[in-house]
Amino acid sequence: MSQIEEVSIEKFKHLVSERALTGETMLLNMGPQHPSTHGVLRLLLELDGEIIVNCIPDIGFLHTGIEKNMEAKTYQKAEVMTDRLDYMNTMGNNLAYVIAVEKLVDLDVPVRAQGLRVILTELQRIASHLVWLGTSGLDLAAMSMFLYCFREREQILDIFELVSGQRMMTTYFRPGGVWRDVPVEFEKAVRDFIKIFPRRIDEYETLLTKNPLFIDRMVSIGYLSKEVALQYGVTGPILRASGVDWDLRKARPYSGYEQYDFNVPTRTEGDTYARYLVRIDELRESLKIVVQALNKLPLGPVRSENRKFVPPPRSEIGVSMESLIHHFKLWTEGFPAPKASIYSAVESPRGELGLMLEGDGGPKPLRVHLRTPSFDNLSVLPQIVKGHLVADLVAILASTDIVLGDIDR
Amino acid sequence: MDKKLEPIVKAVQDKFGATYEEFRDEVHLFVNPEQIVDALTLLRDEHNFELLSALTATDYWPQTAPRFHVIYQLTSLEKNLSVQIRVPVNGSSPKASTPERASGQCEPSRSIPTATGVYAVANWRERELLDMFGIEIDGHPDPRRILMPEDHVGHPLRKDYPLGYEEPQFTFNFDEIDLRKPYAKE
Repeated sequence: MSQIEEVSIEKFKHLVSERALTGETMLLNMGPQHPSTHGVLRLLLELDGEIIVNCIPDIGFLHTGIEKNMEAKTYQKAEVMTDRLDYMNTMGNNLAYVIAVEKLVDLDVPVRAQGLRVILTELQRIASHLVWLGTSGLDLAAMSMFLYCFREREQILDIFELVSGQRMMTTYFRPGGVWRDVPVEFEKAVRDFIKIFPRRIDEYETLLTKNPLFIDRMVSIGYLSKEVALQYGVTGPILRASGVDWDLRKARPYSGYEQYDFNVPTRTEGDTYARYLVRIDELRESLKIVVQALNKLPLGPVRSENRKFVPPPRSEIGVSMESLIHHFKLWTEGFPAPKASIYSAVESPRGELGLMLEGDGGPKPLRVHLRTPSFDNLSVLPQIVKGHLVADLVAILASTDIVLGDIDR
Repeated sequence: MDKKLEPIVKAVQDKFGATYEEFRDEVHLFVNPEQIVDALTLLRDEHNFELLSALTATDYWPQTAPRFHVIYQLTSLEKNLSVQIRVPVNGSSPKASTPERASGQCEPSRSIPTATGVYAVANWRERELLDMFGIEIDGHPDPRRILMPEDHVGHPLRKDYPLGYEEPQFTFNFDEIDLRKPYAKE
């Protein structure tokens, strides 16, 4: 056995108060295997009794070098890496990526594909919020919430399996459209979900919203002001719970979001309970979008006809020389993108998911940067937990809805 | 370019002599490293760019002047505008333990001042720059690695850092490769 090095306080001296140096306050390690950290997050806490004086998050345990890996692959192949990023929001990550590629090479997308993308991304948003609701309920000892939420999430994952063959790592959206058209069973599966889900949201609310134990743990805990939130680049439901009406689906509509009628729920309280209420309202709004998009969904092609970027269907390859050449070129070499850089962002369940894509004229990107919302949302955590009890930290961390795959990339 | 963005770009151009590029309706302003904090402060205070959406860099290795572009993506919630600021940074960082440093071919480096005072989010994002690209940040309050282990050598997102594949083992060379595989040591 090699010697285990003792962690010295020297490295963190500038981050803790002077009382920690004299031993008056205690340094406590929380995680990386603590169940309420939702993955592998380590928090170094400076405690005065049970009150948190300082909190130093330590991340990187799940760093897999996704950006570096994407830079070594062609534009089509790099997409599979985006699934592994935020594993609660795979469709949303695919959407962010394909929109960025389409913007970089200036590619059109058929209307039906746009509609399908909206339906599936909104279902994914519901699934992601359900995981958040279930796990944060679990953190606050509402065990049954977890089981109820995963029951509904299962139904959504079944729809994903129906369309893409995969429950989680879907890679269903492709530059220029979607992989293939949805099967005939798709509409019924989504309609079944639409039919039962509003009642289920009411059920969750009867269990939690007015529950005195739940309210005690949530109300006026973890207050985050609008100014601090913006300073720390916080986006998504957390920002909206602090009173800022900012949703990229409304502000900068993409994928045809401008056609749908939905509200952006906001609250002004800025506490843990407000974040809970915003997300519950978002479940209803997302369902509204799914209903409208499904009713409006037109028939037609689901992939662009631009053969320079989108491979031809299998049936054409046997009869058309051109198609065979395109197919061969696209899958061996890939398509070239201009020597330029773009930034495009979509609204993920956690906030602004941005993608900076820089081409170098060849088939591989020179630089892919993923601006992931959880990273910035976590960086504000030390500011909002100060002065709270350790038990409240669990509630606050649950309300920020971080996904470690999204933070560490 | 968006009509609302024109006066803002002009203001930055007049004050800092910045040049700009445009691609697919996105504006990239080029600013010198010394001016970046002033430029960010100007945009935040006078033109309502409240949110620093992204802070990252691109490595143009083997080109060394500039080797990096440090990129600041700003968003104005009130005016619904976006602008990108790019700061060219020359050479490799002197403290970085990269091969060119060892061979003494390192260009004199130029670091950039920290933007933490303007946007607090820059704190973690600049630590990421330091970790992934080895770009020195002057006056950073907490200059530690953020994603990689503390004792890691090199900066993974640099273009001269190898991607690192695992050697495939076959029956005829299994033991040979097994010997140099980096297993955890007892």
